Amino acid sequence: MSNTALRRSAAIGLAFGAGAVHLAVVGVILMLHQRAIIVGSLTLGQAALLLIAAGAGLMAARSPNVGEGLLSGMLAGAACGLPIAALTMLISLVPLRLIFIALSPALFDMLSFGQGLAAGMAILISSGAIAGLVGAGLRLSPPTLRRAVVPGIVAVLVFGVFQELIQLMLQRYEGIVGEIRDFIYSWEGLTPEGATACFAVAAFWGAGWGFLRQALDARELMPGPKHQRMLRAGLALVALALLPAVAGSYIGQVLMLVGLYILMGMGLNLEVGLAGLLDLGFVAFFAVGAYATALLTADAPHALAHLSYWAAMPVAVLLAIVVGVLFGLPVLGVRGDYLAVATLGLGEIVRVIVMSDFAAPLLGGAQGILQIPKPSLGAVTLGTPVALFYLTLFCSGVAALVAWRLENSRLGRAWMALRDDEDVAQALGINLIRCKLLAYGLGAAFAGLAGSIFATMLSSVYPSSFQLLISANVLALIIIGGMGSLPGVVIGSLALIGLPELLREFGEYRYLFYGAVLIVMMRLRPEGLWPSEVRRRELHAGDETLALAAGGNQLPAVQR
Amino acid sequence: MSLLAAARLPRFPAASRIDAVGIALWGLRIAVVLVVVIGTIGSLIKARYTGAQWFDLVMFGLTIGSIYAQIALGYTMVYGVLRMINFAHGEIVMSGAFAGYFVATAFDHSGLLTQSPLPTMAAVVAVAVLTSTSIALLAERIAYRPFRRSGGLAPLICAFGVSFFLQQTFRGMFGTAVRSYPDPLWQRAAFHIFGYTVPHLDVLVVGLALLFMLALYLIVQRTRMGTAMRAVAEDAEAAALMGIDINKIVVFTFALGGAMAGIAGVFYSMVYKQVYFFMGFTPGLKAFGAAVLGGIGSIPGAMLGGFFLGMVESVGPSLFLDGLGIPAPYQLRDLIAFTLLIMVLIFRPQGIFGERMAKRRA
Repeated sequence: MSNTALRRSAAIGLAFGAGAVHLAVVGVILMLHQRAIIVGSLTLGQAALLLIAAGAGLMAARSPNVGEGLLSGMLAGAACGLPIAALTMLISLVPLRLIFIALSPALFDMLSFGQGLAAGMAILISSGAIAGLVGAGLRLSPPTLRRAVVPGIVAVLVFGVFQELIQLMLQRYEGIVGEIRDFIYSWEGLTPEGATACFAVAAFWGAGWGFLRQALDARELMPGPKHQRMLRAGLALVALALLPAVAGSYIGQVLMLVGLYILMGMGLNLEVGLAGLLDLGFVAFFAVGAYATALLTADAPHALAHLSYWAAMPVAVLLAIVVGVLFGLPVLGVRGDYLAVATLGLGEIVRVIVMSDFAAPLLGGAQGILQIPKPSLGAVTLGTPVALFYLTLFCSGVAALVAWRLENSRLGRAWMALRDDEDVAQALGINLIRCKLLAYGLGAAFAGLAGSIFATMLSSVYPSSFQLLISANVLALIIIGGMGSLPGVVIGSLALIGLPELLREFGEYRYLFYGAVLIVMMRLRPEGLWPSEVRRRELHAGDETLALAAGGNQLPAVQR
Repeated sequence: MSLLAAARLPRFPAASRIDAVGIALWGLRIAVVLVVVIGTIGSLIKARYTGAQWFDLVMFGLTIGSIYAQIALGYTMVYGVLRMINFAHGEIVMSGAFAGYFVATAFDHSGLLTQSPLPTMAAVVAVAVLTSTSIALLAERIAYRPFRRSGGLAPLICAFGVSFFLQQTFRGMFGTAVRSYPDPLWQRAAFHIFGYTVPHLDVLVVGLALLFMLALYLIVQRTRMGTAMRAVAEDAEAAALMGIDINKIVVFTFALGGAMAGIAGVFYSMVYKQVYFFMGFTPGLKAFGAAVLGGIGSIPGAMLGGFFLGMVESVGPSLFLDGLGIPAPYQLRDLIAFTLLIMVLIFRPQGIFGERMAKRRA
């Protein structure tokens, strides 16, 4: 093994280890440690550390030579354990807890496995080495094996992490389902046998699917990649739509929130993804929708009218459009970075005004507006989270249709031109003012609709619900999903809103991950998880040229 | 960069529709001017505040302004060299404040902070500077350097991510509680001159801020590194051809900005007596406004912009808003600062001193 390879593996391992130390110092590791995956043998915190070490091993194992690759993986894993071991030592020697609140005795117990300092450090480094070896092995192993092992590990993690939820869902059933449940789970997590079973079933499934796929491919029965995507998206949507009805009101509530963010994401997507107007004050439109609904329907002294929800919603959306246009008007000539800061300032202004005593007689100040009625359909009141979820789903569907048609319309193409080069777009005869104002107005309409549903969901609105953090959420989710991509918005909302909501204790750290995710995505995959076709081509234009040069006889289809 | 150049071009030279937008923008200008003029007249007629109170407001404006000026320097230098907004600069201020806080509380508990204020203050500032400089350099290395060449929204979004990441890291490390900065007696004492009260703290903060800014100015103007930095800001490619190591200059710039941010963080927490993880956001945003106001890329501009912003923010609520009969005008202090920020971004993105630079880049 060459000296450079050695140094490279060590560097990768130390970098991953530094990341793990960061997670420990901010308290994430200990928080994850509270959640058991396999009762008595593995917690999520330990799994996270192992995954980090395995990741280091995977990154380090670049050599085509299997032995050397495995060695560098192991080395990286051990190097990854080193900083954590050092941290463990520091905790036991220095009273760091006086400053860093997360470096508690509980964390020391976790990191030393209750075995004391020296043994704990040895365990940390050696288990890091083993995890690194496994990571390297995964990278170097044949795809057949990978296809079995990766789903197995994922299945154990998923069933372990969401055990509470899955148990809750399965609780209603008796008979065979009940027996399976009792086999897999004890009350606080997977049993060792259950974990093995999960792993085996998922591994078998993964390998079997791989073979099936190969067989289908060989007979050319597999649908093309585009159809596959659509099929997958369709299946996911159907599952999403049915889940709350099956899984009960908690899931319904979570998915309802996801739905609201999907709505907002689609709105911001028009502004940022299509028109390239980075708007950090987006939450203002959400607030307008919520406050308009509150003022028009609430049974409170501030209310201007007592309309039904269905009458108030369109007004709220219209008002959001008007505010969106008014918001966009002054910043028409502001570009790029300055636009982001200007919109951030505008959003903050809205919040400061709503919070102040100045606007309190109208908007209720910090106390907010209470007693907003739920919408009703005929005699049925949509009071439960599940009912409201279906309302959100319906609105999202309509909005998605609108967004999709907009994307492919003349206006959508004008937006994209505007995003790519404002001066050229103007030279081509695109009316910048109209385009930009429409982007702000329509984007605001989506957020206003979301705000309106939000108000009736909570039955109350407070200014503290409309923090900058909401803008950041929405921005993060469309970046994760892929700017300008509709399915990306759904993926992003599920990943960034749904997941932290399901892992409740995770909640206070979600913004830490948003920040990290923004940085990592911008560096590694700026087009997002599910990029739009256009975007993918733009960002990988070089690859395509290469493919063409390499003798590809198929020209990439010209969009529309 | 076309950003500054575009500001000087007629923005939308399409005949009939400009008028609607133009009228709206003029309406905005007139509205702001009317609020300022009518509010000022109203306040002066009401004469609710005594001369001493006005003096206090001005004093506070100078103090907070000197802090904004220091923060704005970080924005302006980074923008000058890299043409990017270091969105996380406010969080770097926050990190300095936290570091300073821990040192100061330790000294406060041992009684040293009261016994020998000067050496302890020096230690506090030194630790704060060290912390925020290292964080600024880390952010540059990990998050900004890979985007050096890419345009578009990616660097800004990444900077936004850094800002969040730092905020939440500090939140995780030190908790959500608002901690109160130690407040020994000598900080609370004041000079009394002709019936006016001048707190020691204000004198200290403004004096030291001016001193540090002078030092920074000399570094940028007189040293080799400073000269190289100005050369890079002028034309990075030409500077590279002249044998200037751009990476070294960028690191130097972030280090200078981070050091200033660390000092500003300590001062900010001394003035407001509070330290918490979100504290960097608002001053960061405002100081960015100050940097743009002074003409981004211009060092004296950032200093003056900071003082101006501090003054407007401190005197504004009583001067403009009180006269309009708005209740509790001090609640709207941030409103004034943000309005100023937006007005500058909309109407004069090249700032007060930016004309020269804008022309050069056109």
